[in-house]
Amino acid sequence: MTEDVDRNRRHFLAVATAVTGGAGIAMAAIPFLSSLKPSARAQAQGAPVKVAVGSLEPGEMIRIVWRGKLVFVLRRSEAMLGRLQKSVGFLRDPNSEVVEQQPDYAANEFRSVKPEFLVIQAACTHLGCIPLTEFDVGPADDWFGGFYCPCHGSRFDLAGRVYKGVPAPTNLVVPPYRYLQNDVVLVGVDSTGAA
Amino acid sequence: MARIESEIGTPQGGFMKWIDDRFPFTETMKYHVTEYYASKNFNFWYVFGVLSMFVLVMQLVSGIFLTMNYKPDATEAFASVEYIMRDVEWGWLIRYMHSTGASFFFIVVYMHMFRAMLYGSYRKPRELVWIIGMLIFLALMAEAFAGYLLPWGQMSYWGAQVIISLFGAIPFVGDALVELIRGDYSISDITLNRFFALHVIVIPLALIALVFVHIVALHEVGSSNPDGIEIKKKKGPDGIPLDGVAFHPYHTAKDLVAIIIFLMIFSAVMFFAPDLGGYFLEHANFEPANMQVTPEHIAPVWYFTPFYAILRAVPNKLWGTILFATAVLLPMFLPWLDRSRVSSIRYRGWIYKMALTLFVISFFTLGWLGVQPAEPVYVFWARIFAVVYFAFFLLMPYYTTIDKTKPVPDRVVYHG
Repeated sequence: MTEDVDRNRRHFLAVATAVTGGAGIAMAAIPFLSSLKPSARAQAQGAPVKVAVGSLEPGEMIRIVWRGKLVFVLRRSEAMLGRLQKSVGFLRDPNSEVVEQQPDYAANEFRSVKPEFLVIQAACTHLGCIPLTEFDVGPADDWFGGFYCPCHGSRFDLAGRVYKGVPAPTNLVVPPYRYLQNDVVLVGVDSTGAA
Repeated sequence: MARIESEIGTPQGGFMKWIDDRFPFTETMKYHVTEYYASKNFNFWYVFGVLSMFVLVMQLVSGIFLTMNYKPDATEAFASVEYIMRDVEWGWLIRYMHSTGASFFFIVVYMHMFRAMLYGSYRKPRELVWIIGMLIFLALMAEAFAGYLLPWGQMSYWGAQVIISLFGAIPFVGDALVELIRGDYSISDITLNRFFALHVIVIPLALIALVFVHIVALHEVGSSNPDGIEIKKKKGPDGIPLDGVAFHPYHTAKDLVAIIIFLMIFSAVMFFAPDLGGYFLEHANFEPANMQVTPEHIAPVWYFTPFYAILRAVPNKLWGTILFATAVLLPMFLPWLDRSRVSSIRYRGWIYKMALTLFVISFFTLGWLGVQPAEPVYVFWARIFAVVYFAFFLLMPYYTTIDKTKPVPDRVVYHG
């Protein structure tokens, strides 16, 4: 090499090559990373699910599957709805203020469109176990019926609102849904479109 | 080193010369095997490195043969494992070898890591050897976790559900990351398929590469010894450490004995108690995965339970995840947390000995607590021992400084 090498020029070219190469690698990574997202088939299989709720007795619950996840549909009796007031003092987010946990139309004291029908994802917001249904009052003084996660002891009331002092950070998730008729619910889609 | 062009192709020197002119075979063998000098006073604790390599090979071989009959498909996976167990000739042996091997892998790796803590093997100049080793440990955890989903049993499914959900605790990107890991809105056939790819290609390749780098780094600085002194400081006139003996044939002969004893214990478990009472193969996993039913009691396999107990001890999702990750990663910082003047437990004072004893007790107790149901009394004790676990590491810079140490000898010594 001679003395008259322009080091600034060499440095610029080296950096330019590295940046261009880096950008190329980043672009080439996009198809690979995108291939890891839910595929068209997975999205299609996650289509909305129709549920007839008319035949449910008060206090009765059915389990449906939407997007490979279990969803509880519970018809709450008048007494159950009344008990929602009693648990408020023990809850972390009684007014559903964490917006990601439910659509706007379920951000009310019942966490549902119609007070009696609770539509809720049966996945504990801690680590995803299916909560058990414990609808009877007691024996604990602060228990007025609700959902109990056997994995790590998280507790939720009859509106899926999380208790204080348990590992689950947030209320159970209300999926998007709307009423097709008076007694038919479509889970997975609402007036704003599919989830 | 210098190879002259005209030498190539000459008949003198035979086959090995022909090879060595083209590939540094003899040179590499000397450097890493026949003229690699390790301390002559290695004890029981020094066989677990070689045993880890041995188990790795065993897992690779048994794993390759399992893939010849296993089907990574949610509708067929569980049945294909049963098919291997019942219909494939010797399939049960290969499968039990692989499942028992997973647990033994962790046993020998934990022993190997504990050796480093006994004799200060992670200390200068072996910090990188230790860090690479910790990366191997992380890769091993990932490998075990991915592999556990493949039989598609109840515990496979729900264990994966719990662990993948941990990533959801990461602020902002958590939910998107969880979806990217699963490739679906829930754990499904798609998740199983990609975990298979991770388990049989991605992570094993990383593991082999890391083990290679681990050994290259080790041979650069030389092996430690139970006295925690540098044998390279005392060399004979031939330039060979006075306290060193060649890895082959001296250490290899001893390691062969270790491998034979290991195989005796391994075989006893593999043939007579492959599930080891539910600790090596959990009973819930003998039922196919069912996304509509959570098993009554979810516990990871024993090798994850100390960390799992810490996770459960925290009544907050984000902090539970943070402490869980911290508990796994903290040992990586040992080279800088340990401020003692001496390396080996032989010359440390009572404070370190007591701290290490408490650490071992807390690790075993947390491991036991991690398989118990999430009842308040167990959670209470998990909190106590989690504090002990973290205190061992976080208070180390303090108690290793004030600990009274004994004088270190110039040359290695034998104890009984």
